[in-house]
Amino acid sequence: MSREVTYRVGLIGPEDLVARHPALRREITVQVHDLDADPWPVDAALRWVGREVPRVDGEAKVTGAARYTYDVHPHGLAFAGVLGSPHAHARVVAVDDAAARAVPGVLAVRTFAGRRVTYAGQIVAAVCAENPRALDDALAALRVEFEPLPAAVTTEDALAPDAPRVEPGRTEGNLHAPPEPGNRAAVDEAFAAAPVRVAAEYRTSVQTHSCLEPHGCVAQVHPDGTATVWASTQATSFFARGRFSRELGVPEARVRTLTEHMGGGFGSKFGALEWDVIAAGFARETGRPVQLMLPRRLEHLLGGNRPDSIQRLELAGTADGVFLGLKGETFGTAGNGPGGAGAANHSVYRIPALWMRQSEVATFTARGAAFRAPRHPQGFFALESLIDLYAARLGADPLEVRRRNDPHPVRQAQWELGAERFGWAAARARRDAGPLRRGAGCAAARWLNAGRPPWQVDLTVRADAGVLVANAAQDIGTGMKTVLAAVVAEELGIEPGRVQVRLGDTRDPAGPGSGGSTTTASLAPAAREAALRAREALAARLAEHWGVPAAEVRSPAGGFEGPEGRRASFAEACRLIGDEEVRVQGTRRPNWAGPFGETAGCQFAEVEVDTETGVVRVLRVVAVHDAGRVLNPLTARSQVNGGVLQGISYALYEEKRLDRALGDMVNPTLDTYRILGLADCPRVEVLLTSLEAGFNNCGAMGLGEPATVPTAAAVANAVFHALGVQVRELPMTPARVLAALEEAPR
Amino acid sequence: MAEDPSVPPARGITRRALFQGAGAAAAARALLGATPAGAEEGPAATPWRTQGPGAVDVALRVNGAERTLRVEPRVTLLEALRLDLDLTGAKPVCDRSQCGACTVWLDGRTVHACSVLAVEAEGREVTTVEGLGQPGRLHPVQRAFVEEDALQCGFCTPGLVMSVAWAVAQHGPGLSEAQVRRACAGNLCRCGTYPHVLKAALKAAGQGG
Repeated sequence: MSREVTYRVGLIGPEDLVARHPALRREITVQVHDLDADPWPVDAALRWVGREVPRVDGEAKVTGAARYTYDVHPHGLAFAGVLGSPHAHARVVAVDDAAARAVPGVLAVRTFAGRRVTYAGQIVAAVCAENPRALDDALAALRVEFEPLPAAVTTEDALAPDAPRVEPGRTEGNLHAPPEPGNRAAVDEAFAAAPVRVAAEYRTSVQTHSCLEPHGCVAQVHPDGTATVWASTQATSFFARGRFSRELGVPEARVRTLTEHMGGGFGSKFGALEWDVIAAGFARETGRPVQLMLPRRLEHLLGGNRPDSIQRLELAGTADGVFLGLKGETFGTAGNGPGGAGAANHSVYRIPALWMRQSEVATFTARGAAFRAPRHPQGFFALESLIDLYAARLGADPLEVRRRNDPHPVRQAQWELGAERFGWAAARARRDAGPLRRGAGCAAARWLNAGRPPWQVDLTVRADAGVLVANAAQDIGTGMKTVLAAVVAEELGIEPGRVQVRLGDTRDPAGPGSGGSTTTASLAPAAREAALRAREALAARLAEHWGVPAAEVRSPAGGFEGPEGRRASFAEACRLIGDEEVRVQGTRRPNWAGPFGETAGCQFAEVEVDTETGVVRVLRVVAVHDAGRVLNPLTARSQVNGGVLQGISYALYEEKRLDRALGDMVNPTLDTYRILGLADCPRVEVLLTSLEAGFNNCGAMGLGEPATVPTAAAVANAVFHALGVQVRELPMTPARVLAALEEAPR
Repeated sequence: MAEDPSVPPARGITRRALFQGAGAAAAARALLGATPAGAEEGPAATPWRTQGPGAVDVALRVNGAERTLRVEPRVTLLEALRLDLDLTGAKPVCDRSQCGACTVWLDGRTVHACSVLAVEAEGREVTTVEGLGQPGRLHPVQRAFVEEDALQCGFCTPGLVMSVAWAVAQHGPGLSEAQVRRACAGNLCRCGTYPHVLKAALKAAGQGG
């Protein structure tokens, strides 16, 4: 079933770094599935993979030709919308929908009288109408009677002994604490003996995903008992599962889900959510295609968010910068849903003695959702800030302290590369006398994934040498279509332009949800295997055509060779297909054991702080990341830019602000909930340390999430360096900066 | 309800004059949608008249073609473009002039189509991203966006393309980075394409886009 392959893996570039770190290349032996392609060695000469191939759907996106869910307008389209509760906690006593039903053009109304709402924005009624104006009029005409109930919308209010409970059945209040970690005594001992201890409390705010295309779908039930749904989702293959298809009245297998283009998800758009299910019901009830896209206010309220955190940490170390122990207690709230706990603040570095208790707090707010590197930006902000506090106590260079405690061989090289390109020593030596103070900081990144089985990719070749690659997974903007085209082109020895990639259609084999930075590394190896199958199939046809044994036809890149000087190009071989088609499939095989472990990265930031106004500006960022083998540096740089800029936005601007008494969001617009704009955008230098990682036949790993892990931490450390005082709560708004300066010892 | 023919349009009073009379040029700009920094108000707009609330005929000139629609006067230019003309390049995102995803040109100047009524666009030249260039015959700004990968999910891209193309048209080959930043200050992108947008803008300007 498998063969042994020995090949060289490790750092592909940049060249000078490879020369300085010979240990980052080594030979490994892996068991390759008989049907799988041989992995590319570290020094493989590749024509398309690793090159800057422009996005295959770029033209469609820059001309408006790309159709997103919001742009799909089937004939007879009806428009649906929902009414959210203005109360964080209330009973819906009654809904009077008579006036709404009387609005001309209203097709259907649903109400949820009797429901106990536990967050502002929770749906209490829904309307389906002929056009958007009738929809607005009808939603405005709904009369809802609420019985307001007491609520607690902040973590601290929810922890008060007399706080109302989000789940009344629970006995222990709103705190969901894990069992006490058992090693407290050993950790206390390590702390007692430690020469240096630093402790601080760090806080982060709730961040909304703010995807530009809001959540929603267009659902249509056809007379033949099938249905089509266009969904703005990160999981096309699973969107119609369960409640959604039940509400449509069509079995899941007969629902076709389409996500050709998708306007941003960042973790918030997996399965169908409540409003999608409502749209499905309206589609069945009205017999019309129904569009339900959330308006911005509800997108902010309901579309998901990154839970906030309160993190009390203490770090113990030696006088020369070696960590001895970390202990901490953290709280986070994902509103009325699970997942608020567990800031990732104890990974990356060697920490001999660790005690962490991470609790989740239920509040009367809308559910959190996975958000680009869940748990990591908040956890890294706290841990990396504490490390700088420790370094400052020692009078040591915080970069040197990190390198002293970092066991990852790739990140060690990255720290070196990043510091050089950033000019770390000079930036740290700078001292400003005036009100504008510059500072430099750094922080580490990590991620886990190299993709996973068991996905299949279909590949079809026709006589005109046109190649179609297909899987139901979606390209949410990462550039996966382009990467798959390049991988297949590489294997077939043709131009990527000859390869059409169809994603986001459940008529094709199921694909992974876009989560965990796994999609490209999950599908690219399967696409490569499919291309290998196609090559074999064409070689077999040539062998038959030439009348030679199949084993005697070889397929070097870009063509085929047989005995006695016989040759055929890819296009010539394809002509043998005639009226048929070559249809093959590639499978994602299990990962091998790559020798370099998890993905590494680090970032450096320089800021300028106005000590009179408290305004922080990020001037530049150097981001060093490995993603296994970088399959397309052009789109990879885009992803890193995105991670960095979202991280800066999180560090400086973003905060879902709630009215503490009423629980409603007070800044549910894109001018009051501020996200980073071009005017705020610093210089970002992206350095990709491409690494044949040894996990799969493409050497690929994930990139989307690690790129945003360290940014807020690096910015916060730069602010600390600029001011000599930490701003311990994100976002670092002018008010928080001024307050920190106020409290600083003079 | 059709427009009441017994009420003659108030001749000779432009909306501009009306707002100036009220000393509220800023309010006029707000109603006209976003005006990029540095842009002057355009030619005198449609004469002031009362329309609606029922549907009215609106003659639009979109991407060089005459199109007549029957829409309620409260229908925005964005809705008319997207639902009546099926030009879906301009995107609805923020619902009111905060993000720039619906940026189109009205008489050659960028506006937020979500904050202009379709009836206000009557008699004026509307240019959408579809009118700028099409696959296979891209506008230089569109080509530079593809080459520099100035897009990810792409939902903000049509708006950014229109803002950048306006800046390139306005400033020519001497376009500076600061001018691009100003021209696009009202265009939000969540994927973080800004660094590549800057590169694409300067590249397109340098190529005489």
